[in-house]
Amino acid sequence: MPGLVSYGAYVPPTRLGFATIAGRPAAADATGPERAVAWADEDAVTMAVAAGTNALRDFDRAGVDALFFASTSYAYREKQAAALVAKALDLRRDLATADFAGSLRAGLGALRAAFDAVAAGSARRVLVVASDCRPAAPGSALERAFGDGAAAFLVGEDDAVAQLEAAHAVADEIVDVWRAEGDRFVHSWEERFVVQEGYTPVLVEALRGLLGKLALLGGGDGSDAATRACVYAPDARSLGAVAKASGLRREQLVDPLFGQLGNTGCAFAPMLLAAALETATPGERLLVAGYGDGAEALALRVTPQIEKLGARRGVSWHLARRRPVRRYDGYLRARGLDTREYDAPRDQGLSATIHFRERDDDISFRGQRCRRCRGLQFPIQRVCERCFAKDDFEPERLADRTGRVVTYTFDYFFPTPEPPTIVTVTEIDGARVHVQLVNARPEDVKIGLPVAFQFRRIHEVGGRPNYYWKAVPLDEGDR
Amino acid sequence: MTRSVRDQVAVVGVGCSQFGENWNLAPADMIVDAAYEAYEDAGIDDPQTRIEAVFTGSIYSQKGPHECSDALKLFGKPVTMVSNYCATGTDAFRCGVLAIAAGLYDTVLVVGYDKPKDRGVSGPSVMMNQVRDLPQTPAGWFSLCAATYFDKYGASREDLGRIAVKNHHNGTLAPKSFLKREITLDEHAEARMISWPFGLYDCAAQTDGAAAAVLTRADLARSFRADPILVKAVTVIAGPNPQKDPDNDFLSWKPTGWAATDAYRQAGIADPRREIQVAQLHDCFTLTELLSYEDLGFCAKGSAKEHIASGTFELGGELPVNTDGGLKTFGHPTGATGVRMIYENVLQLRGQAGPRQVPGAHLALSHNIGGHPTACGIAILGNC
Repeated sequence: MPGLVSYGAYVPPTRLGFATIAGRPAAADATGPERAVAWADEDAVTMAVAAGTNALRDFDRAGVDALFFASTSYAYREKQAAALVAKALDLRRDLATADFAGSLRAGLGALRAAFDAVAAGSARRVLVVASDCRPAAPGSALERAFGDGAAAFLVGEDDAVAQLEAAHAVADEIVDVWRAEGDRFVHSWEERFVVQEGYTPVLVEALRGLLGKLALLGGGDGSDAATRACVYAPDARSLGAVAKASGLRREQLVDPLFGQLGNTGCAFAPMLLAAALETATPGERLLVAGYGDGAEALALRVTPQIEKLGARRGVSWHLARRRPVRRYDGYLRARGLDTREYDAPRDQGLSATIHFRERDDDISFRGQRCRRCRGLQFPIQRVCERCFAKDDFEPERLADRTGRVVTYTFDYFFPTPEPPTIVTVTEIDGARVHVQLVNARPEDVKIGLPVAFQFRRIHEVGGRPNYYWKAVPLDEGDR
Repeated sequence: MTRSVRDQVAVVGVGCSQFGENWNLAPADMIVDAAYEAYEDAGIDDPQTRIEAVFTGSIYSQKGPHECSDALKLFGKPVTMVSNYCATGTDAFRCGVLAIAAGLYDTVLVVGYDKPKDRGVSGPSVMMNQVRDLPQTPAGWFSLCAATYFDKYGASREDLGRIAVKNHHNGTLAPKSFLKREITLDEHAEARMISWPFGLYDCAAQTDGAAAAVLTRADLARSFRADPILVKAVTVIAGPNPQKDPDNDFLSWKPTGWAATDAYRQAGIADPRREIQVAQLHDCFTLTELLSYEDLGFCAKGSAKEHIASGTFELGGELPVNTDGGLKTFGHPTGATGVRMIYENVLQLRGQAGPRQVPGAHLALSHNIGGHPTACGIAILGNC
């Protein structure tokens, strides 16, 4: 019978107090209702690695045959997280990996798949990591309700601290909580609808189904004192309703950590299971139930091996280590939720100060004429190209002049809507200008072609339109 | 007063990393590969003691000279980084030569390297930091001589193709080259266009790589090895930006002619085609190699196409050029290239160039051209 061999968890030390969300700066030692919040350098993957590390403590990494990663908030739409987590945990290369995503019950789905893999004999040990860091709109109710965290389990047969007894799943189609392609934040339908038509009946159906299977196995009805339940819940009231309808007494519920951790999405029920294992005693039964587009419920029986498992860094270890976020603004910046569109200006490509000091050249298309040798040149520069006179020039506007093409090429390499870009060196009364030629096809270009100039967009370096002048073949009428 | 470094400095060790798309090698890995080969070549087993100063060159590194000193653990001594576009390698070599000629050091290390393949793009960077910078590439800069040259001298894309075919062939003979594949004139003609008249096979292969040389005082050279190679000339010359130079005829790149004059004066060379037996030229694009034949005085202006047709610059010809495949196929890690050319010329002058050996070579030239182009470096080495 497959079971849990080890467990671990991770909760970020940074905590966002509800008072802070309401706009009151927090003291360094602030207490009160709060949620765990992953800081700027943390995400679903980093938390998964931390939880996985804790689960693998004292265990041989080389013995892990598969890694399943579950999250609804991983950074990539295409690119596996499990392989990245496995590399960070230094697991074997000949490892089966898979991501479970898209649903709040992905964590328990991954755990169930791991049990199945071990039961089927395709893997001896599977590491399952569930981790979530769900984005909530600033000021929304979800922002207060959510929390960030991860749980990890090493699944196997030998040395299991808790053995799988039964599992029951329900699939249910409902639009209650979602984040669609392109959505920045998690969205939710009206709360009463979600609880009354989604969460409560579906989770009750799953738990009743699970308890029915346990009764068939002769394992009691779940109401005995030696059973504790780790149940996903959006809030305390809904949890009570589910427990009652499922025949569970309130004291059998593992503390859902409202006001401490927050709803950690697909990692929520797994984290409650990890928390329950910290205080589990042999013979105890643990029920775990997760919700999301249906529900997943599992029953586990704790074995005497639990007393041999060394201390784990689990949920309580992490909850005891907290660092309150001082200001709500700091939280917004850490999660990338503030309204700045750019980060620091250094990576914006084109310096605004270069643009500023070259406005005469680029925007007015001014060259300069040397007062000593009378030569025209471009751009504006300090020392004459011809006679080396210094700082002795008068400006001269080139934009209204005509020129002739000295040489040219057709650049097919640089991405443009319709390659090639026609590039010329064009002469204007002795001044040479490196300039694009537009309103022309390559076959129109020849050495000596007369051109005029037009003000155009040249490129979008820095994410802004940049303007400069381009050559156009001189209109017949202007010759 | 302009003096010469002739016969004051010797190259006693050279090394070169494998050139290529070295996804799994850091700059430090390639620096170590090249430098330790050069140490071994020079018979140096205690570099921390024997190397007194380091001159390194790279244009992609943002880490300064520390990248090289940390890779080689050469601390407690001067380490200088040089940056001069594609002439960086020759300029780093020049700085090492000058430091010894000035009497400051007995033995120095020169390392050229670059790691362009960490950028996630194929081909060179297009650095645009001014509003008026055209969306254009190095191919676009160097092709600006084509329309004018073809118009005046009647050369064509087929002449360029023969240079590409030659360099692809030579690259197959060099163990550390990137591309080891022959091409045909038809393949050259049909390749996709990059910047007219340059198709894919007219353009150098941008790669990662590092090359190194150990230099010492000429009078100490034989304590390292019995066959030291002497530096006959080294120079790096700046030129105007050809795009705004009011006098540019777009028939040659000015800095090459100026650098050649200086290098031949230093080395005492009057007739380069007869006196030089082997040359590594800067073939960032095929036309750059063609113009350099003329600008270096290997043949008269406008006559390159006849020499291309008659095979003057092929292996077995009168003056073989780019015996290891050149930038085209050996690869072009910008800062490494000039030093890689020194590596090849040293092998040629020692008779260690295997199937690409030019028999009896005793004077060898290497040539870098950098910028838009705005600089030219030349080094001339000899074995007697």
